[in-house]
Amino acid sequence: MVKSLKEIKKSLYESSKDLLPIVLVIGFFQIFILQQPIPNYEDLLIGSVFVVIGLALFVRGLEIALFPIGEAMAYAFARKGSLFWLLLFGFCLGFGTTIAEPALIAVAGEAATIAADGGMIGDSAADRSSYATGLRITVALSVGAAILIGIIRILKGWPIHYLIIVGYAGVVIMTAFAPKEIIGIAYDSGGVTTSTITVPLVTALGVGLASSIKGRNPMIDGFGLIAFASLTPMIFVMLYGMFV
Amino acid sequence: MDVLQHILRVGWSTLGDVLPILAIILFFQFAIIRKPIANPKRLVVGFFYVLAGLTLFLVGLEEALFPIGKLMAVQLTDPVFVHGEAASLSNPILWHEYIWVYLFAATIGFSTTIAEPSLLAVAIKANEVSGGVIKVWGLRIAVAIGVAIGISLGSFRIVTGTPLQYYIITGYVIVIIQTVYAPRLIIGLAYDSGGVTTSTVTVPLVAALGLGLASTVPGRSVLIDGFGLIAFASLFPIITVMAYAQISQWRSDRKEKYNSE
Repeated sequence: MVKSLKEIKKSLYESSKDLLPIVLVIGFFQIFILQQPIPNYEDLLIGSVFVVIGLALFVRGLEIALFPIGEAMAYAFARKGSLFWLLLFGFCLGFGTTIAEPALIAVAGEAATIAADGGMIGDSAADRSSYATGLRITVALSVGAAILIGIIRILKGWPIHYLIIVGYAGVVIMTAFAPKEIIGIAYDSGGVTTSTITVPLVTALGVGLASSIKGRNPMIDGFGLIAFASLTPMIFVMLYGMFV
Repeated sequence: MDVLQHILRVGWSTLGDVLPILAIILFFQFAIIRKPIANPKRLVVGFFYVLAGLTLFLVGLEEALFPIGKLMAVQLTDPVFVHGEAASLSNPILWHEYIWVYLFAATIGFSTTIAEPSLLAVAIKANEVSGGVIKVWGLRIAVAIGVAIGISLGSFRIVTGTPLQYYIITGYVIVIIQTVYAPRLIIGLAYDSGGVTTSTVTVPLVAALGLGLASTVPGRSVLIDGFGLIAFASLFPIITVMAYAQISQWRSDRKEKYNSE
């Protein structure tokens, strides 16, 4: 009991260190630059306590659930030796976690507004909503495809930078042809697709796969799935902007 | 009472994030792998921790830090604050008048990245896999510096109105050159750190800053110029993480040389 109390204290202390920089930055700008009092002390204090406890719980959950299940599934698939099911699992994980991502829903809505203002689609609510839905499906498909390609890469042991350079080239080429209005949104969409729950799971999956296959180094081959998942949406969103 | 409602609302939407993942895992576990899950009780508790932790984390941010941070972004980009009371808006925009905006962008980018849970997750994993060679805090600070540079450069871009793609393409070229020289072990991790930096904490504040700038700087369109900060924040960490590995390697090489002499 004493030991677990100590552990809780330690993880709360760690989380407070994570939060401290934000508090310092906001305090500094509020007091010295904007020269205004800090509003609602109580809200601020309660909120910070929530953040610290929440972060500590999340890290604990990572260690006992998300990391182990990601690795366990990687090992199980590697032992089973069925490439098809492994790839399908990867695709579903990418597609399923992206389609419902709130940040993506927000970005898709904004993209529809831009398209309507630019006269690319009709300016009715129905047009916009179908444009936004199409965009979300496109991005989710691209993330699913990214995880799938990333898994094949781990299995084959291809160096990651070849694929990334091809991806960059794709982005640059698409940028030259895509409508100007969509470029900012397309570039941003790469960053918003990977949620806080997907990242640990996908990372554990990649590392688990690389450690269960002979001749793969988990450090060199295990990472990189997230990188693909942030690259492909840029290309796909610009494609979508061109053809829809 | 409001807080309780807020917790329920955020908890509900976090549950919406967790459920599809859980459904996929359970389907593959029972229909394809067909083996019982090891230690299911621990797993349930763990998922509950993740759910409760993320919910509390988000509610805390939304109750306390986001409102004041967003307000700050608006105030710092306010023309009266930037140019002083007397300045008229017809004057050409001087990019250096926005010095506080760049500084705010850099520091808020740095500090929100330190608090980003998905980056923490990747850092813990990288530390474990590398046998402690990659330090959790070393990686997080390297990524945070990258985000800081990215977001302040992104703000500069909005103020000056230069096209986004020039910056991003230059960044790509730097990444490719660095890839040739960086230690092979870091490359995958460095590429990954671009995607994990921008989630729950960073995006709302950074988006507020970008939209605030684009709507107050004369001649900028919110729709064309307001976006792109996230792209900066996902590109520059790749550069700084590789630089971190390059510097560490260089230092250990130098030490070895020194010792052998």
